[in-house]
Amino acid sequence: MKIINMDHVAASPILPEVADAMIPFLKEKYGNPSSMHSMGEEVTEAIDEAREKVAELINAKPQEIYFTSGGTESNNWALKGGLFANRAKGAHLITSSIEHFSIMHAIKALEKIGVEVTRLPVDKYGFIDPDDVRKAITPATALISVMSANNEIGTIEPIGEIGKIAKEFNIPFHTDAVATVGAIPVDVQNLNVDMMSLASNPFYGPHGVGALYVRKGARISPLLDGGIQEGGYRAGTENVIGIIGMGKAAEIAIREIQNRSNHVRPLRDRLMKEIPLTIEEVGLVGHPTERLPGNASLTVRYVEGESMLLFLDMEGVKIASGSACISRSLKVSHVMLAMGIDAGTAQGSLLFTLGIDNTNEDVDDVIRILPPIVQRLRDMSPLYKKTGRLKAVS
Amino acid sequence: MYNETVMDHFTNPRNVGEIPDADGVGSVGNPACGDIMEFHIKVKDNILEDVKFKTFGCGAAIAVSSMVSELAKGKTLAEAMLITNESVIEALEGLPKKKHHCSNLGADALHRAIEDYQEKQKGETFEKPVDSPEVCSCPVCDMNDPEEAPYCASACARSSK
Repeated sequence: MKIINMDHVAASPILPEVADAMIPFLKEKYGNPSSMHSMGEEVTEAIDEAREKVAELINAKPQEIYFTSGGTESNNWALKGGLFANRAKGAHLITSSIEHFSIMHAIKALEKIGVEVTRLPVDKYGFIDPDDVRKAITPATALISVMSANNEIGTIEPIGEIGKIAKEFNIPFHTDAVATVGAIPVDVQNLNVDMMSLASNPFYGPHGVGALYVRKGARISPLLDGGIQEGGYRAGTENVIGIIGMGKAAEIAIREIQNRSNHVRPLRDRLMKEIPLTIEEVGLVGHPTERLPGNASLTVRYVEGESMLLFLDMEGVKIASGSACISRSLKVSHVMLAMGIDAGTAQGSLLFTLGIDNTNEDVDDVIRILPPIVQRLRDMSPLYKKTGRLKAVS
Repeated sequence: MYNETVMDHFTNPRNVGEIPDADGVGSVGNPACGDIMEFHIKVKDNILEDVKFKTFGCGAAIAVSSMVSELAKGKTLAEAMLITNESVIEALEGLPKKKHHCSNLGADALHRAIEDYQEKQKGETFEKPVDSPEVCSCPVCDMNDPEEAPYCASACARSSK
């Protein structure tokens, strides 16, 4: 059965070139970069090259790139390390109400030790208003953290404008850019950010590796204390294989970034346009155009996400959903709730995240497969009956 | 995540539908929870002659409703009241732990339909209880809507506000 992966936010395929670049480091080049001898040195050189490529991808300097185990670690580090280093300034943090769990839960932990937090609301498209950031700033504000785009809804945030405000008030500004780096052009200079989290798998590198960009001069304390790796800022023997893969993936992303968005955007637009034509009462989540090029987030009324996902899975189509049943915490997507989408509607969430391996035929298949699934579930749903919409969908 | 029996009941659910002149109707859940189950029953000589259900929910919810309807049909009211979430899970040959709460809802909805019938027989109609957060117990730590437990700020009713 043909597998159609439309859940790239969970897992993107690792490019063959990337896998090839990693293999020598699984075989003969297994040295530890911290070693003084040549076995270590050849690995160090390779890591430095990877670092340059990642820096180039976001228009940073190589020494501003610190490799981590992924977006979650980078986010935790930026918040905890950033607040700790700036504690003389104060203990107030401004963030949004639509952050990823690694930001949300790290912030909850920080609240327990006395950090005060302002969580900014979003509008119905999921946009944060930069003016709200300005209004929330106090003399004790030591850090602002707003994500570049949320993968559940797709909306791209006005990071550059928020960055300008942060700069005006001289407050360190971090963004979780895991969803944007490699998908759309990201330039840390234009965005006025001091710290940025990124991860490798979204741009077709391996899982389990990412980076934190820290602008030269920005203050941060290490999250992982120990040896002298990463300039003394992130201890622990490096995930060499992962870093090499990430570097190669970054190199390719620099070349391919425009092609990639040109490839997925029309497929995304087709899903957003054609699904509502074949199924009634389907809502679009997020902004129609100011959104990630590969992200189509929809809600289907009267049915629940996991049951749609299971039927799609049986037909080879892999997607995600923001429904409560699907999430590990059994709570409906806090992001959709923050946008004002009611819980019942949010339960019918379908999240398609496309990649370079998707084709028009894939979209044709989904358009064909989805409506009977929805009708079948609607026929079983007490909610469908209650609104009296019993007419058959053609 | 789901075994063959569960998947069978999910893809071929038994007894889906409604009974227009039902003798009893019971429903549980709310949209915030992500699960709503509604049972219609027809009772003759104290036996569940017909049982139909409609469900809004995940794979487990649909499978549970289907299994409950199958376990209940043809039983006496007393026997049907003894159907518990455990008997449903057993009949389904197991559910992932985080889905056990779905099985609670299935048995509850059926029982409410039976209670509705019994109230109608007595000539009284009680207010149908509205499901509060306490109905949705935490599937991870088995507590009812606890404040502090890690997975719970309630799967059921509280939104982000």
